[in-house]
Amino acid sequence: MTHTLLAAEGALPAAGVAQSAWLLLALPLFGAAVLLLGGKATNKWGHLLGCATVILAFVYGLTLFLSTTSLKAADRIQELHLFSWIPVDSLSIDFGLRLDPLSLTFVLLITGVGSLIHVYSIGYMSHDTDRRKFFAYLNLFVAAMLLLVLGNGFVTLYFGWEGVGLASYLLIAFWQHKPAAATAAKKAFLMNRVGDVGLAVAIFLMWANLGTTQYTEVFAKIGTLDGGTVLAISLLLLLGACGKSGQFPLQAWLPDAMEGPTPVSALIHAATMVTAGVYLIARSNPIYDLTADGRLVVTIIGTVTLLIGCVIGCAYDDIKKVLAYSTVSQIGYMILGVGLGPVGYALGITHLLTHGFFKAGLFLGAGSVMHGMNDEVDMRQYGGLAKKMPITFATFGLGYLALIGFPFLSGFYSKDAIIEAAFGQEGWRGWVFGGAAMLGVALTAFYMTRLMLMTFFGEQRWKNLKSSDGRDYHPHESPAVMTVPMIILAVGSVFAGFLLTNGNFLANWLEPSLGELKEAGHPPLPAAAMTALSLGLMVVGVGLAWLFVGRKPVPVTKPERVSWVVRAARADLYGNKLNETLFAKPGEALTKGLVIADDKAVDGTVTGIAGALAFLSSRLRRTQTGFVRSYALTMLGGSVLVVAALLMVRFS
Amino acid sequence: MGTGLLLALLLLPLLGSLGVAFLKHDDLLAKRVTLGVTLLELVLAVLAFTAYSPGGARIQFASSVDWISQVGVHISFGVDGIALVMIGVIALLVPIVVLAGWADKLPQGRSAAGFLSLVLVQEALMVGVFAATDVFLFYVLFEIMLIPMYFLIGGYGGARRQYAAVKFFLYSFLGGLIMLASAIGCYALAADKLGKGTFDWATLVQVVHDAPLETQIWLFFGFFIAFAIKAPLVPLHTWLPDAAEQAPVGIAVILVGVLDKVGTFGFLRYNLPMFPDASKALAPLVMVLGVLGVLYGSLLATGQRDLKRFIAYVSIAHFGFIAIGIFAFTAQAQVGAVSYMVNHSLATGMLILVIGMVIARGGSTSIADYGGMAKLTPLLGGMFLIAGLSTLSLPGTNSFVSEFLVLLGSFPTQPVAAVLATIGMILAALYVLWLYQRIMQGPVRGTALVGISGGPGSATDPEKAKVLDLSGREIAVLAPLVALIVLLGVYPKPVLDVVNPSVTATLTSVGAAVPAAAQEGK
Repeated sequence: MTHTLLAAEGALPAAGVAQSAWLLLALPLFGAAVLLLGGKATNKWGHLLGCATVILAFVYGLTLFLSTTSLKAADRIQELHLFSWIPVDSLSIDFGLRLDPLSLTFVLLITGVGSLIHVYSIGYMSHDTDRRKFFAYLNLFVAAMLLLVLGNGFVTLYFGWEGVGLASYLLIAFWQHKPAAATAAKKAFLMNRVGDVGLAVAIFLMWANLGTTQYTEVFAKIGTLDGGTVLAISLLLLLGACGKSGQFPLQAWLPDAMEGPTPVSALIHAATMVTAGVYLIARSNPIYDLTADGRLVVTIIGTVTLLIGCVIGCAYDDIKKVLAYSTVSQIGYMILGVGLGPVGYALGITHLLTHGFFKAGLFLGAGSVMHGMNDEVDMRQYGGLAKKMPITFATFGLGYLALIGFPFLSGFYSKDAIIEAAFGQEGWRGWVFGGAAMLGVALTAFYMTRLMLMTFFGEQRWKNLKSSDGRDYHPHESPAVMTVPMIILAVGSVFAGFLLTNGNFLANWLEPSLGELKEAGHPPLPAAAMTALSLGLMVVGVGLAWLFVGRKPVPVTKPERVSWVVRAARADLYGNKLNETLFAKPGEALTKGLVIADDKAVDGTVTGIAGALAFLSSRLRRTQTGFVRSYALTMLGGSVLVVAALLMVRFS
Repeated sequence: MGTGLLLALLLLPLLGSLGVAFLKHDDLLAKRVTLGVTLLELVLAVLAFTAYSPGGARIQFASSVDWISQVGVHISFGVDGIALVMIGVIALLVPIVVLAGWADKLPQGRSAAGFLSLVLVQEALMVGVFAATDVFLFYVLFEIMLIPMYFLIGGYGGARRQYAAVKFFLYSFLGGLIMLASAIGCYALAADKLGKGTFDWATLVQVVHDAPLETQIWLFFGFFIAFAIKAPLVPLHTWLPDAAEQAPVGIAVILVGVLDKVGTFGFLRYNLPMFPDASKALAPLVMVLGVLGVLYGSLLATGQRDLKRFIAYVSIAHFGFIAIGIFAFTAQAQVGAVSYMVNHSLATGMLILVIGMVIARGGSTSIADYGGMAKLTPLLGGMFLIAGLSTLSLPGTNSFVSEFLVLLGSFPTQPVAAVLATIGMILAALYVLWLYQRIMQGPVRGTALVGISGGPGSATDPEKAKVLDLSGREIAVLAPLVALIVLLGVYPKPVLDVVNPSVTATLTSVGAAVPAAAQEGK
């Protein structure tokens, strides 16, 4: 398998421009450090510094990217050794960067979309007294995310992995005086840690069996392991991916994470961090190539999650939660893609990039709507906003069309490719995975159309309403500092798909990292028929949404008499309930029990023994009076032990 | 030079304590002198680091004089890399503790001089216990070390300080006696073999290490129980929550940060080299105790209602990790365990100090009396979070390196224990972030905060509760810890390099030619 060899081959030492790649980490880290240490003194220009570091990182990343395009495929994998991080005996964990097509692609996504969102945040956070801190955390996030994708081994990945988790925690809890925000942040961190444990144990397995944790060496030696171990590693990595990427069964934190400011939702919880699971699996392609069972589980998780996300997305009235479940669902598609193996790695990454554009754009659009609507997120309070916010409407609309797979927009290319590849799987798998992905098209079209109709069309319901803080609504278009990033992302939503897939551009570019993109084996239907089918389903979804939501007035309060399907969807398909019953409740009871047991049983026993040893019938609590006596008796007891031990040694 | 430095490290605080004891009438001068002495001690420790050669002799800076020559007892000192980093931790933490307690009010009728001179004695004894290379001398220091601590807790602590001090003393003292029995047993073995008994550590290692397994096991337990009480392993831990709860904040830092580490240090210096066969035979038992400590300590930390007891249980969980690392018998796990001893002192030390600052503002140790404090004291909130993140071993902080090494290194030899202990990672996130949420996040609330503007419950507007953020002195107390937490998280090599050869020597003496992971792959 040529691609395995390529990814596993020793990388070249970085040369030329690439030798300065540490700047990618240093720039945003510098921004974060200055803003955090500088305190209020940096309030005036802090946001500008925050933007500048990320934009500079983008410029450098672009330069670096362009400098590698002329290289031969094999030369495009370079490593930059920075220092020895954790060296103990035979273990040597390097702090180094791997600069290859896959990581550079992510660098461009992270710093590119990151720059736009930083700029947007200048406007969005302009009224917040802690804006400086917000930019510090955003910079910290960018640094950690870049480390995640640039690290040259699984432990540096883990560093970045938990680093973005911290940034995510800080930013979800940015308005930490709100209890819901604090709880959501904690929940996100905890559920991520569950996944992180999987990633950690996978690393332990690599160390125990291969004696290394660096990518090049792991990939070179992974073929020597038995199938069971490879399968175990692949499943543990998947657990890590599920935590970070909000995949079943660890999906429940992501919708709650919408408590964070909307730019955070756009950058971290849509475009970049939550796609890290997809990156992890794609990066570990030499491992997944070896285990068909591991890949099968990945595809199952992706399929289940994409359906869960769609179904719940149909039921929410909170614009950000709908988008959040949409993200869960779209990442499900990506995970399904990379789970297909050599026929899908590049497809998953392609969808990840196009999704990065249109979902970031959609979130920024939602933020713009909220900005004009007193931070209200309930779509039942919206309606007819298209006229009031024409730019937001237009950019959001393009993102919407890209997401539902409207012909020739981004999602059309990237999602259909995954669906076709899924159908190409052998036997029942093709029908099940392909069918589920196809069903997802209709559901996606439904919930997104519902969102569009409730927000931008129909009656202007807000006219007769007040926001929860008692103010009237005065919807208005956002300032240019916010709309320009939205426009740029909208352009990306339109063209990125075509540009990336035209002549397999991205797949070819990624070949040194991911291997050659194989053709899916046995599609049961011709490609044109599948495209027609998915377009048909999209139209059905749009039509149904119009039937349910568009043709009659939307009630301002959500109807309570609904079918069990809607009730289940509104309750997140009972994901939270399940976690609570399985873990939270028993854990709480166990903890309470242990606290009592520790006091009564453990401490009681020991103090009891101490009391008995001192021939005191009273408890140790009362030893204040009998202290001298008990002390003397303890000495005596000790002396007896001494003698006993002496005898033991002498005569044993 | 090294030997002189080590002796100076021992004597300086002792002399300082004598001097400070005379300053009963001038609290400020007493504080200044103590701070000066402890800072000088820190300088000496830094010099000792530069003089130490990691690849050199097993025990360096050695010196010895006869004490009770009839029974072969010497006063002899010397350090290996493990003892050296612990002495470094002592020298770092004591001045920080002195500065942290600068403004503390002492109980009626007590002078700062008395308190501080006890602290200095404590410092000297702690250095001594890590530097002793004679087993009897170690025992003596191990027991004497309890005396200043007994008075520090019992004389300057909280409401139930007497109970806590007695409990602490009895537990440790009893453990020490059992150890003495074992030490005498070793002496007897040496007398049999060499015709003349000795307590010299290096000689005893030679004599005892090939004793029959059964003998080793008996002797092993004598030391093990003493150390398992000190670095509390479940179920011998119940003295610590009481002691930590009642001790003044700074003393709690010394207790949890340094004194308890004598236990894990003892495993490494005494149990493993002297009783290698017993150590290997009993490793499964230690794994059970270690995992139990991690999970039990974590769950109990989650369930605590008192801030200081919380810290005690967090430490119990961390000592579980350290024990696992020591008895997994791989270089990675053991270096991890030793660096854990250092990093736990920094992380938990900082957490205790920060919690002390919270308590100093709210006047209550009950978690329920606080809420939303970050709104009033953002800087204190940030410091709380940093200490917490290090406690939950976030990568980028010092603790990650050690916890990761312990788990990674234990996995090849003790996979079950390692995997079970990783659950502790999730629980750590739970107890740290939940505590942070209860104290710092949400709306300002709680009688400790809202009541401040004029008696409990009197402030009608929580936002107007007057609580001041960190002072310059408090920032100076925390800044070095923050710097080290980050520095040793990103660049831990200096500590690892000092510790690694001593760990290798320890493992060699255990005869644990256990391959660190499957090296055939390399």
